[in-house]
Amino acid sequence: MASPLEQFEIHRLAPLKIGGIDAAFTNSSLYMAIAVVGVTLFLTLGMRKAAIIPGRWQSMAEVLYDFISGMVRDNAGRDARAYFPFVFTLFMFILFANLIGLIPGAFAVTSHVIVTFALAGVVFVGVTLIALFKHGLKFFSYFLPPDTPLYMAPLLVPIEVISYLARPITLSLRLFANMMAGHTMLHVFAGFVIVLGIFGIAPMAVIVALYVLELLVALLQAYVFAILTCLYLHDALHLH
Amino acid sequence: MDERKPPSLEDLDARLRTARERVHPAPKAGEAGSGPSLSGIGFAFRVGIELVSALAVGVGIGWLLDRWLGTRPWLMVVFFFLGAAAGVLNVWRTVSGIGLGPGYRPTAENDEDDVDGPEGRR
Repeated sequence: MASPLEQFEIHRLAPLKIGGIDAAFTNSSLYMAIAVVGVTLFLTLGMRKAAIIPGRWQSMAEVLYDFISGMVRDNAGRDARAYFPFVFTLFMFILFANLIGLIPGAFAVTSHVIVTFALAGVVFVGVTLIALFKHGLKFFSYFLPPDTPLYMAPLLVPIEVISYLARPITLSLRLFANMMAGHTMLHVFAGFVIVLGIFGIAPMAVIVALYVLELLVALLQAYVFAILTCLYLHDALHLH
Repeated sequence: MDERKPPSLEDLDARLRTARERVHPAPKAGEAGSGPSLSGIGFAFRVGIELVSALAVGVGIGWLLDRWLGTRPWLMVVFFFLGAAAGVLNVWRTVSGIGLGPGYRPTAENDEDDVDGPEGRR
């Protein structure tokens, strides 16, 4: 029986070396490209007619747009409007990558920690740069809670810094762990179906239930990633 | 369409406004509540990741500083405890409903009111 972790294996589809760095086009890249193309088609074709009374497809595109727009407004504040395209892109990419990964036989891009860490790293570096440009050196007051006695600073500042640096790790680990756990679990139960023969109907039922749960997780994790980005943006723009 | 007279625009506007006011605060209240009550496992997962990642960052910083300064185990020990403290801090922030993120302070909820204001004016 195949190992439940085999589904996460990376295969080179088109080997490519750029200056000693292995930049091969892998199955992971393929599914990322599919996700990007999928998002683009979904949104542009859905909005092609741009009818006043939207059809089903246009409604889906509009609801997603509206949802993220409201999320940015409520969680990051009004002046975060400029960052809406970024949050929306991030949300749609993760959502599509998660959902496409759930198609049987497809590869789940977000179940690799390096992918989610790259996404979280972009958010983290971007948010920190925004805060630095907006507040200059005042940004570093963020690491010392107000009204702290000065003799506590040597203890509190490292703790706050570590807490701040842990953000991209939490952000990426949460998405990655959820996706990987879900896909592994599905595979393990799928293995039971074959082994148990006729009684495999029981794990089969579990798979159906798990699959629905995974759909929820796919949506939820994209949402959590986006909302955390919004909260970090809020911190960066307003410093507490 | 013919037999059902379309409602007047003012009426529609008033109804829209009341509906919007009813709906708009709802996700806010539900969101704070739905964080912890989302599902037991999901919440435990979140707290665990929060705790472990801060600890990992602490140990990582300590290890790198040790390698740089050549003070082998000591800084790692110190930063292990700092990381653990940061992890507990993050967990506390998550649990005490400061939202999903380990921000320093709850975002002032009263600035949400003027967010609704201009939107409600139609």
